[in-house]
Amino acid sequence: MQGKQLPKWNEIPPGGAILEPGNSVKRPTGDWRTFRPIIDKEKCVRCLLCWVYCPDAAIKIIDEPYRTASGKEWKFSVEVDYTFCKGCGICVEECPVKAIEFVEEVK
Amino acid sequence: MSQSATSRPVYRSPFDLPREEYLAPGHSLCAGCVAGMIVRHLLKVAGPNTIVVTATGCVEVSTTLYPYTSWRIPWIHVAFENAASVASGIEAAIKVLQRKGVIDPNKRINVIALAGDGGTYDIGFQALSGLLERGHKVLYVLYDNEAYMNTGIQRSGGTPLFAWTTTTPVGKVWKGKWQQKKPIAEIVAAHRIPYVATANPAYFIDMVNKFRKGLEVDGPAFIHVIQPCPTGWRFDPRYSIKVAKLATETAMWINWEIENGEFRVTVPVPKRKHVKHYLRMQGRFRHLTDKEIEEIQRFIDREVEYINKRLGKEVIGPLVE
Ligand SMILES: Cc1ncc(C[n+]2csc(CCOP(=O)(O)OP(=O)(O)O)c2C)c(N)n1
Ligand code: SF4
Ligand code: SF4
Ligand code: SF4
Ligand SMILES: [Mg+2]
Repeated sequence: MQGKQLPKWNEIPPGGAILEPGNSVKRPTGDWRTFRPIIDKEKCVRCLLCWVYCPDAAIKIIDEPYRTASGKEWKFSVEVDYTFCKGCGICVEECPVKAIEFVEEVK
Repeated sequence: MSQSATSRPVYRSPFDLPREEYLAPGHSLCAGCVAGMIVRHLLKVAGPNTIVVTATGCVEVSTTLYPYTSWRIPWIHVAFENAASVASGIEAAIKVLQRKGVIDPNKRINVIALAGDGGTYDIGFQALSGLLERGHKVLYVLYDNEAYMNTGIQRSGGTPLFAWTTTTPVGKVWKGKWQQKKPIAEIVAAHRIPYVATANPAYFIDMVNKFRKGLEVDGPAFIHVIQPCPTGWRFDPRYSIKVAKLATETAMWINWEIENGEFRVTVPVPKRKHVKHYLRMQGRFRHLTDKEIEEIQRFIDREVEYINKRLGKEVIGPLVE
Protein backbone atom coordinates (compact mmCIF):
# COMPACT_ATOMS: atom_id res chain seq x y z
CA MET A 1 0.00 0.00 0.00
CA GLN A 2 3.03 2.22 0.09
CA GLY A 3 2.25 5.61 -1.41
CA LYS A 4 -1.33 4.53 -2.09
CA GLN A 5 -4.45 5.77 -0.38
CA LEU A 6 -6.35 3.32 1.78
CA PRO A 7 -9.77 2.41 0.33
CA LYS A 8 -12.69 4.61 1.38
CA TRP A 9 -15.35 3.06 3.63
CA ASN A 10 -17.70 2.49 0.68
CA GLU A 11 -14.94 0.83 -1.34
CA ILE A 12 -14.26 -1.84 1.28
CA PRO A 13 -15.91 -5.18 0.36
CA PRO A 14 -18.76 -6.25 2.69
CA GLY A 15 -17.53 -7.94 5.85
CA GLY A 16 -14.10 -6.41 5.41
CA ALA A 17 -13.25 -9.27 3.05
CA ILE A 18 -9.80 -9.36 1.50
CA LEU A 19 -10.31 -10.61 -2.04
CA GLU A 20 -6.73 -11.36 -3.00
CA PRO A 21 -5.54 -14.61 -1.36
CA GLY A 22 -2.05 -14.49 0.12
CA ASN A 23 -1.40 -10.85 -0.75
CA SER A 24 0.77 -10.49 2.37
CA VAL A 25 3.64 -11.36 0.02
CA LYS A 26 3.46 -7.70 -0.98
CA ARG A 27 4.51 -6.85 2.52
CA PRO A 28 7.93 -8.47 2.84
CA THR A 29 9.37 -9.11 6.29
CA GLY A 30 13.03 -9.50 5.30
CA ASP A 31 13.83 -6.07 6.74
CA TRP A 32 13.10 -7.41 10.24
CA ARG A 33 16.35 -9.36 10.13
CA THR A 34 19.34 -8.49 12.29
CA PHE A 35 21.13 -11.77 11.56
CA ARG A 36 21.28 -13.49 8.18
CA PRO A 37 21.25 -17.30 7.80
CA ILE A 38 23.58 -18.45 5.01
CA ILE A 39 23.32 -22.03 3.77
CA ASP A 40 26.50 -23.80 2.72
CA LYS A 41 25.39 -25.98 -0.21
CA GLU A 42 28.57 -28.02 0.12
CA LYS A 43 27.86 -29.04 3.71
CA CYS A 44 24.07 -29.33 3.38
CA VAL A 45 22.79 -32.94 3.41
CA ARG A 46 19.36 -31.98 1.96
CA CYS A 47 17.41 -33.25 4.97
CA LEU A 48 14.77 -30.48 4.63
CA LEU A 49 14.59 -29.82 8.36
CA CYS A 50 15.17 -26.10 7.85
CA TRP A 51 12.31 -26.08 5.34
CA VAL A 52 10.06 -27.92 7.80
CA TYR A 53 10.75 -25.72 10.81
CA CYS A 54 10.84 -22.26 9.23
CA PRO A 55 7.75 -20.40 10.51
CA ASP A 56 7.84 -18.01 7.56
CA ALA A 57 8.10 -20.37 4.57
CA ALA A 58 11.38 -18.62 3.86
CA ILE A 59 13.32 -21.73 2.88
CA LYS A 60 12.86 -22.57 -0.78
CA ILE A 61 13.47 -25.93 -2.42
CA ILE A 62 15.27 -25.38 -5.71
CA ASP A 63 14.99 -28.26 -8.16
CA GLU A 64 18.36 -27.90 -9.80
CA PRO A 65 21.15 -30.45 -9.80
CA TYR A 66 24.15 -29.56 -7.66
CA ARG A 67 27.55 -31.21 -7.62
CA THR A 68 29.69 -30.74 -4.53
CA ALA A 69 33.46 -30.26 -4.67
CA SER A 70 33.86 -33.87 -3.52
CA GLY A 71 31.69 -35.07 -6.42
CA LYS A 72 28.41 -35.76 -4.63
CA GLU A 73 25.39 -35.16 -6.89
CA TRP A 74 22.23 -33.63 -5.44
CA LYS A 75 18.95 -33.29 -7.33
CA PHE A 76 17.88 -30.20 -5.41
CA SER A 77 19.11 -27.57 -2.98
CA VAL A 78 17.58 -25.36 -0.31
CA GLU A 79 17.90 -21.59 -0.34
CA VAL A 80 16.87 -18.84 2.04
CA ASP A 81 14.30 -16.40 0.69
CA TYR A 82 15.72 -13.17 2.09
CA THR A 83 12.60 -11.26 1.05
CA PHE A 84 10.75 -12.90 3.93
CA CYS A 85 13.34 -14.44 6.28
CA LYS A 86 13.01 -12.68 9.65
CA GLY A 87 16.33 -14.03 10.88
CA CYS A 88 14.89 -16.00 13.79
CA GLY A 89 17.73 -18.52 13.65
CA ILE A 90 15.59 -21.66 14.03
CA CYS A 91 17.07 -23.14 10.84
CA VAL A 92 20.58 -22.36 12.09
CA GLU A 93 19.87 -24.13 15.37
CA GLU A 94 18.06 -27.13 13.87
CA CYS A 95 20.36 -27.92 10.95
CA PRO A 96 21.81 -31.31 11.94
CA VAL A 97 25.14 -30.75 10.15
CA LYS A 98 25.63 -27.06 11.02
CA ALA A 99 25.46 -26.07 7.36
CA ILE A 100 23.84 -22.71 8.12
CA GLU A 101 25.93 -19.78 9.24
CA PHE A 102 24.33 -16.87 11.10
CA VAL A 103 25.95 -13.58 10.21
CA GLU A 104 25.11 -10.16 11.59
CA GLU A 105 23.52 -7.84 9.04
CA VAL A 106 25.55 -4.71 8.57
CA LYS A 107 24.61 -1.70 6.52
CA MET B 1 -12.86 -34.21 -7.19
CA SER B 2 -14.18 -36.40 -4.44
CA GLN B 3 -11.74 -37.90 -2.01
CA SER B 4 -12.51 -41.01 -0.02
CA ALA B 5 -12.20 -40.77 3.73
CA THR B 6 -9.01 -42.78 3.81
CA SER B 7 -7.22 -41.34 0.79
CA ARG B 8 -4.74 -39.23 2.72
CA PRO B 9 -1.28 -40.72 2.76
CA VAL B 10 0.65 -41.45 5.94
CA TYR B 11 3.58 -39.04 6.31
CA ARG B 12 6.90 -40.71 7.08
CA SER B 13 9.50 -38.06 6.28
CA PRO B 14 9.72 -34.39 5.27
CA PHE B 15 9.79 -35.56 1.65
CA ASP B 16 6.19 -36.79 1.98
CA LEU B 17 4.94 -33.31 2.89
CA PRO B 18 3.28 -31.27 0.14
CA ARG B 19 5.47 -28.46 -1.15
CA GLU B 20 2.52 -26.08 -1.54
CA GLU B 21 2.37 -23.27 0.99
CA TYR B 22 -1.17 -22.18 1.82
CA LEU B 23 0.00 -19.73 4.49
CA ALA B 24 1.84 -17.04 2.57
CA PRO B 25 4.89 -15.38 4.06
CA GLY B 26 4.66 -11.70 4.88
CA HIS B 27 2.66 -12.39 8.04
CA SER B 28 3.70 -10.51 11.14
CA LEU B 29 4.03 -13.28 13.71
CA CYS B 30 7.18 -12.55 15.74
CA ALA B 31 10.44 -13.94 14.37
CA GLY B 32 10.66 -17.57 15.47
CA CYS B 33 6.98 -17.87 16.40
CA VAL B 34 6.19 -21.57 16.14
CA ALA B 35 2.54 -20.79 15.35
CA GLY B 36 3.63 -20.03 11.78
CA MET B 37 5.21 -23.45 11.41
CA ILE B 38 2.21 -25.23 12.92
CA VAL B 39 -0.30 -23.50 10.63
CA ARG B 40 1.89 -24.06 7.55
CA HIS B 41 1.81 -27.80 8.16
CA LEU B 42 -1.84 -27.89 9.14
CA LEU B 43 -2.68 -26.35 5.75
CA LYS B 44 -0.27 -28.59 3.85
CA VAL B 45 -2.13 -31.59 5.25
CA ALA B 46 -5.59 -30.09 4.73
CA GLY B 47 -5.01 -28.83 1.19
CA PRO B 48 -6.94 -26.23 -0.79
CA ASN B 49 -10.49 -27.52 -0.16
CA THR B 50 -10.46 -26.10 3.31
CA ILE B 51 -12.20 -23.34 5.23
CA VAL B 52 -10.44 -22.07 8.34
CA VAL B 53 -12.11 -20.18 11.17
CA THR B 54 -9.70 -18.40 13.46
CA ALA B 55 -10.48 -16.95 16.87
CA THR B 56 -9.00 -13.60 17.77
CA GLY B 57 -5.38 -13.94 18.81
CA CYS B 58 -1.84 -13.76 17.51
CA VAL B 59 -2.46 -15.97 14.48
CA GLU B 60 -5.55 -14.04 13.43
CA VAL B 61 -4.09 -10.59 13.95
CA SER B 62 -0.70 -11.36 12.39
CA THR B 63 -2.00 -13.10 9.28
CA THR B 64 -4.65 -10.54 8.36
CA LEU B 65 -3.26 -7.06 8.72
CA TYR B 66 -5.86 -5.28 6.62
CA PRO B 67 -5.81 -5.00 3.60
CA TYR B 68 -3.43 -7.96 3.50
CA THR B 69 -3.97 -11.63 4.19
CA SER B 70 -1.57 -14.56 4.38
CA TRP B 71 -4.33 -17.09 3.75
CA ARG B 72 -4.43 -18.73 0.35
CA ILE B 73 -7.59 -20.65 1.24
CA PRO B 74 -10.99 -19.34 2.42
CA TRP B 75 -10.65 -17.97 5.93
CA ILE B 76 -12.92 -16.18 8.35
CA HIS B 77 -12.60 -14.41 11.68
CA VAL B 78 -15.64 -13.36 13.64
CA ALA B 79 -14.80 -12.93 17.31
CA PHE B 80 -12.61 -14.16 20.14
CA GLU B 81 -15.06 -16.54 21.79
CA ASN B 82 -16.93 -18.16 18.92
CA ALA B 83 -14.56 -19.92 16.48
CA ALA B 84 -16.26 -23.22 17.33
CA SER B 85 -19.75 -21.78 16.70
CA VAL B 86 -18.75 -20.23 13.38
CA ALA B 87 -17.13 -23.51 12.31
CA SER B 88 -20.28 -25.41 13.36
CA GLY B 89 -22.40 -23.09 11.22
CA ILE B 90 -20.15 -23.48 8.21
CA GLU B 91 -20.16 -27.25 8.49
CA ALA B 92 -23.98 -27.31 8.82
CA ALA B 93 -24.36 -24.97 5.84
CA ILE B 94 -22.11 -27.13 3.65
CA LYS B 95 -24.23 -30.17 4.56
CA VAL B 96 -27.44 -28.41 3.54
CA LEU B 97 -25.95 -27.03 0.33
CA GLN B 98 -24.69 -30.49 -0.57
CA ARG B 99 -28.09 -32.05 0.17
CA LYS B 100 -29.73 -29.46 -2.09
CA GLY B 101 -27.17 -30.09 -4.79
CA VAL B 102 -25.83 -26.53 -4.75
CA ILE B 103 -22.39 -27.94 -3.93
CA ASP B 104 -21.21 -31.28 -5.34
CA PRO B 105 -22.25 -33.74 -2.61
CA ASN B 106 -19.06 -35.74 -3.17
CA LYS B 107 -16.76 -32.79 -2.69
CA ARG B 108 -14.88 -32.99 0.56
CA ILE B 109 -14.51 -29.64 2.26
CA ASN B 110 -12.47 -29.50 5.44
CA VAL B 111 -13.67 -27.18 8.17
CA ILE B 112 -11.00 -26.22 10.67
CA ALA B 113 -11.34 -24.06 13.76
CA LEU B 114 -8.08 -22.61 15.01
CA ALA B 115 -7.77 -20.87 18.35
CA GLY B 116 -5.30 -20.01 21.05
CA ASP B 117 -5.37 -21.07 24.67
CA GLY B 118 -7.33 -18.01 25.78
CA GLY B 119 -9.80 -18.65 22.98
CA THR B 120 -10.16 -22.32 23.96
CA TYR B 121 -9.60 -22.99 27.67
CA ASP B 122 -11.38 -19.83 28.73
CA ILE B 123 -13.61 -17.61 26.64
CA GLY B 124 -14.30 -20.05 23.78
CA PHE B 125 -14.90 -23.10 25.94
CA GLN B 126 -18.69 -23.01 25.87
CA ALA B 127 -18.75 -22.74 22.07
CA LEU B 128 -16.26 -25.61 21.83
CA SER B 129 -18.23 -27.86 24.15
CA GLY B 130 -21.36 -27.16 22.10
CA LEU B 131 -19.61 -28.10 18.86
CA LEU B 132 -18.40 -31.36 20.40
CA GLU B 133 -21.80 -32.22 21.82
CA ARG B 134 -23.62 -31.51 18.56
CA GLY B 135 -21.06 -33.64 16.73
CA HIS B 136 -20.05 -31.34 13.88
CA LYS B 137 -17.40 -32.69 11.54
CA VAL B 138 -14.86 -30.02 12.39
CA LEU B 139 -11.17 -30.26 13.22
CA TYR B 140 -10.48 -27.94 16.13
CA VAL B 141 -6.81 -27.06 16.57
CA LEU B 142 -5.71 -25.39 19.76
CA TYR B 143 -2.30 -23.71 19.46
CA ASP B 144 -1.24 -23.33 23.05
CA ASN B 145 1.27 -20.60 23.86
CA GLU B 146 0.08 -20.69 27.46
CA ALA B 147 -1.09 -17.06 27.77
CA TYR B 148 -3.06 -14.32 26.04
CA MET B 149 -0.10 -13.31 23.92
CA ASN B 150 -1.73 -11.00 21.42
CA THR B 151 -2.82 -8.59 24.14
CA GLY B 152 0.47 -8.68 26.00
CA ILE B 153 0.99 -11.95 27.93
CA GLN B 154 -1.92 -12.29 30.37
CA ARG B 155 -2.44 -15.61 32.15
CA SER B 156 -5.00 -18.11 30.85
CA GLY B 157 -6.35 -21.46 32.01
CA GLY B 158 -3.49 -22.91 29.98
CA THR B 159 -0.68 -21.02 31.73
CA PRO B 160 1.41 -23.52 33.72
CA LEU B 161 2.13 -23.41 37.45
CA PHE B 162 4.57 -20.66 38.57
CA ALA B 163 4.87 -19.10 35.10
CA TRP B 164 5.31 -15.34 35.04
CA THR B 165 2.78 -13.39 32.99
CA THR B 166 1.80 -9.71 33.28
CA THR B 167 -1.23 -10.73 35.37
CA THR B 168 0.67 -13.31 37.45
CA PRO B 169 3.65 -11.15 38.35
CA VAL B 170 6.71 -12.04 40.33
CA GLY B 171 7.28 -10.02 43.50
CA LYS B 172 7.22 -10.36 47.28
CA VAL B 173 3.83 -12.05 47.41
CA TRP B 174 3.23 -13.46 43.94
CA LYS B 175 5.62 -15.93 42.36
CA GLY B 176 3.92 -16.35 39.01
CA LYS B 177 0.72 -18.34 38.46
CA TRP B 178 -0.74 -20.07 41.51
CA GLN B 179 -2.67 -22.74 39.66
CA GLN B 180 -1.94 -25.71 37.43
CA LYS B 181 -2.70 -25.87 33.72
CA LYS B 182 -6.24 -27.05 33.05
CA PRO B 183 -6.22 -30.52 31.40
CA ILE B 184 -8.14 -29.26 28.39
CA ALA B 185 -7.55 -32.20 26.05
CA GLU B 186 -8.83 -34.61 28.70
CA ILE B 187 -11.87 -32.42 29.25
CA VAL B 188 -12.50 -32.51 25.50
CA ALA B 189 -11.97 -36.29 25.50
CA ALA B 190 -14.70 -36.57 28.14
CA HIS B 191 -17.11 -35.49 25.37
CA ARG B 192 -16.40 -38.91 23.78
CA ILE B 193 -15.60 -37.53 20.33
CA PRO B 194 -13.90 -39.76 17.71
CA TYR B 195 -10.45 -38.19 17.85
CA VAL B 196 -8.46 -36.24 20.44
CA ALA B 197 -4.71 -35.74 20.39
CA THR B 198 -1.87 -33.69 21.80
CA ALA B 199 1.02 -32.79 19.51
CA ASN B 200 4.38 -31.08 19.51
CA PRO B 201 5.76 -29.30 16.41
CA ALA B 202 9.29 -30.51 17.23
CA TYR B 203 7.91 -34.00 16.46
CA PHE B 204 6.39 -32.82 13.22
CA ILE B 205 5.83 -36.22 11.63
CA ASP B 206 3.70 -37.21 14.60
CA MET B 207 1.93 -33.83 14.40
CA VAL B 208 1.06 -33.94 10.69
CA ASN B 209 -0.25 -37.50 10.94
CA LYS B 210 -2.51 -36.34 13.75
CA PHE B 211 -3.77 -33.51 11.56
CA ARG B 212 -4.43 -36.13 8.88
CA LYS B 213 -6.40 -38.35 11.24
CA GLY B 214 -8.29 -35.39 12.63
CA LEU B 215 -9.46 -34.47 9.13
CA GLU B 216 -10.45 -38.04 8.32
CA VAL B 217 -12.71 -38.94 11.22
CA ASP B 218 -16.44 -38.62 10.84
CA GLY B 219 -17.20 -36.15 13.58
CA PRO B 220 -15.37 -33.65 15.75
CA ALA B 221 -11.64 -33.91 16.23
CA PHE B 222 -9.52 -31.91 18.64
CA ILE B 223 -5.75 -31.47 18.47
CA HIS B 224 -3.92 -29.64 21.21
CA VAL B 225 -0.55 -28.37 20.00
CA ILE B 226 2.12 -26.86 22.21
CA GLN B 227 3.40 -23.62 20.68
CA PRO B 228 6.56 -22.08 22.12
CA CYS B 229 6.32 -18.27 22.06
CA PRO B 230 9.75 -16.63 22.25
CA THR B 231 8.21 -13.24 23.09
CA GLY B 232 5.99 -14.35 25.96
CA TRP B 233 8.10 -17.22 27.27
CA ARG B 234 11.18 -15.02 27.17
CA PHE B 235 13.81 -16.92 25.20
CA ASP B 236 15.93 -16.33 22.09
CA PRO B 237 13.75 -17.24 19.07
CA ARG B 238 16.41 -19.53 17.62
CA TYR B 239 15.65 -21.99 20.45
CA SER B 240 11.92 -22.30 19.67
CA ILE B 241 12.17 -25.89 18.49
CA LYS B 242 14.72 -26.82 21.18
CA VAL B 243 12.28 -25.60 23.83
CA ALA B 244 9.45 -27.58 22.19
CA LYS B 245 11.58 -30.72 22.13
CA LEU B 246 12.57 -30.33 25.77
CA ALA B 247 8.90 -30.10 26.73
CA THR B 248 8.48 -33.69 25.55
CA GLU B 249 11.89 -34.93 26.69
CA THR B 250 11.01 -33.80 30.23
CA ALA B 251 7.43 -35.15 29.93
CA MET B 252 6.05 -31.70 30.60
CA TRP B 253 4.30 -32.31 27.30
CA ILE B 254 3.23 -35.87 26.47
CA ASN B 255 2.12 -36.65 22.93
CA TRP B 256 -0.88 -38.94 22.98
CA GLU B 257 -4.06 -39.65 21.05
CA ILE B 258 -7.45 -41.18 21.69
CA GLU B 259 -8.81 -42.73 18.54
CA ASN B 260 -12.32 -44.12 18.90
CA GLY B 261 -11.80 -44.60 22.60
CA GLU B 262 -8.36 -46.18 22.40
CA PHE B 263 -5.66 -44.27 24.26
CA ARG B 264 -2.03 -44.39 23.17
CA VAL B 265 1.15 -42.42 23.65
CA THR B 266 2.54 -41.74 20.18
CA VAL B 267 5.95 -40.43 21.23
CA PRO B 268 7.36 -42.72 23.96
CA VAL B 269 10.14 -41.23 26.08
CA PRO B 270 12.27 -44.13 27.37
CA LYS B 271 14.59 -41.86 29.39
CA ARG B 272 13.22 -38.69 30.86
CA LYS B 273 15.07 -35.42 31.49
CA HIS B 274 14.57 -33.33 34.63
CA VAL B 275 12.07 -30.48 34.16
CA LYS B 276 14.79 -27.96 35.07
CA HIS B 277 16.24 -28.34 31.56
CA TYR B 278 12.99 -27.07 30.08
CA LEU B 279 12.27 -24.43 32.73
CA ARG B 280 15.75 -22.93 32.84
CA MET B 281 15.64 -22.06 29.14
CA GLN B 282 12.77 -19.65 29.65
CA GLY B 283 12.70 -16.23 31.26
CA ARG B 284 9.10 -16.73 32.43
CA PHE B 285 10.46 -19.30 34.92
CA ARG B 286 13.63 -17.41 35.83
CA HIS B 287 12.42 -16.61 39.35
CA LEU B 288 11.90 -20.26 40.29
CA THR B 289 13.76 -21.57 43.31
CA ASP B 290 15.08 -25.14 43.37
CA LYS B 291 12.23 -25.97 45.72
CA GLU B 292 9.63 -24.75 43.22
CA ILE B 293 11.32 -26.63 40.40
CA GLU B 294 11.15 -29.78 42.53
CA GLU B 295 7.46 -29.15 43.11
CA ILE B 296 6.91 -29.06 39.35
CA GLN B 297 9.05 -32.19 38.97
CA ARG B 298 6.93 -34.06 41.50
CA PHE B 299 3.77 -33.01 39.69
CA ILE B 300 5.20 -34.29 36.39
CA ASP B 301 6.29 -37.54 38.06
CA ARG B 302 2.69 -38.10 39.12
CA GLU B 303 1.42 -37.31 35.62
CA VAL B 304 3.87 -39.82 34.13
CA GLU B 305 2.79 -42.45 36.64
CA TYR B 306 -0.83 -41.81 35.73
CA ILE B 307 -0.14 -42.18 31.99
CA ASN B 308 1.89 -45.35 32.44
CA LYS B 309 -0.78 -46.86 34.69
CA ARG B 310 -3.46 -45.98 32.20
CA LEU B 311 -1.56 -47.88 29.50
CA GLY B 312 -0.46 -50.74 31.76
CA LYS B 313 3.15 -50.37 30.58
CA GLU B 314 6.02 -47.94 30.88
CA VAL B 315 5.92 -45.61 27.87
CA ILE B 316 7.47 -42.68 29.70
CA GLY B 317 10.60 -43.84 31.44
CA PRO B 318 12.47 -42.85 34.60
CA LEU B 319 14.35 -39.59 35.19
CA VAL B 320 17.93 -39.93 34.03
CA GLU B 321 19.44 -36.47 33.78
C1 LIG C 1 -14.62 -10.61 23.77
C2 LIG C 1 -13.21 -10.17 23.64
N1 LIG C 1 -12.49 -9.94 24.76
C3 LIG C 1 -11.21 -9.55 24.66
C4 LIG C 1 -10.62 -9.36 23.44
C5 LIG C 1 -9.20 -8.91 23.35
N2 LIG C 1 -8.31 -9.98 22.94
C6 LIG C 1 -7.94 -10.14 21.65
S1 LIG C 1 -6.88 -11.41 21.40
C7 LIG C 1 -6.83 -11.72 23.05
C8 LIG C 1 -5.93 -12.80 23.60
C9 LIG C 1 -5.86 -14.03 22.80
O1 LIG C 1 -5.22 -15.02 23.54
P1 LIG C 1 -5.14 -16.48 23.00
O2 LIG C 1 -6.46 -17.01 22.67
O3 LIG C 1 -4.33 -17.29 23.96
O4 LIG C 1 -4.34 -16.31 21.60
P2 LIG C 1 -2.84 -15.77 21.41
O5 LIG C 1 -2.93 -14.29 21.21
O6 LIG C 1 -2.04 -16.13 22.60
O7 LIG C 1 -2.37 -16.43 20.17
C10 LIG C 1 -7.68 -10.86 23.77
C11 LIG C 1 -7.84 -10.84 25.23
C12 LIG C 1 -11.40 -9.60 22.29
N3 LIG C 1 -10.90 -9.48 21.05
N4 LIG C 1 -12.70 -10.00 22.42
S1 SF4 D 1 16.21 -17.62 10.08
FE1 SF4 D 1 14.11 -18.17 10.64
S2 SF4 D 1 12.86 -17.07 9.12
FE2 SF4 D 1 14.94 -17.13 8.31
S3 SF4 D 1 14.97 -18.95 7.02
FE3 SF4 D 1 15.76 -19.54 9.04
S4 SF4 D 1 13.96 -20.34 10.10
FE4 SF4 D 1 13.19 -19.15 8.35
S1 SF4 E 1 18.69 -28.35 7.73
FE1 SF4 E 1 20.84 -28.09 7.05
S2 SF4 E 1 21.34 -30.02 6.04
FE2 SF4 E 1 19.12 -29.98 6.24
S3 SF4 E 1 18.42 -29.14 4.28
FE3 SF4 E 1 18.62 -27.42 5.71
S4 SF4 E 1 20.69 -26.62 5.39
FE4 SF4 E 1 20.60 -28.64 4.46
S1 SF4 F 1 3.67 -13.04 20.92
FE1 SF4 F 1 4.24 -15.19 20.86
S2 SF4 F 1 2.51 -16.29 19.92
FE2 SF4 F 1 2.28 -14.10 19.46
S3 SF4 F 1 3.27 -13.83 17.46
FE3 SF4 F 1 4.82 -13.36 19.02
S4 SF4 F 1 5.88 -15.31 19.37
FE4 SF4 F 1 3.96 -15.78 18.30
MG1 LIG G 1 -2.31 -17.78 23.80
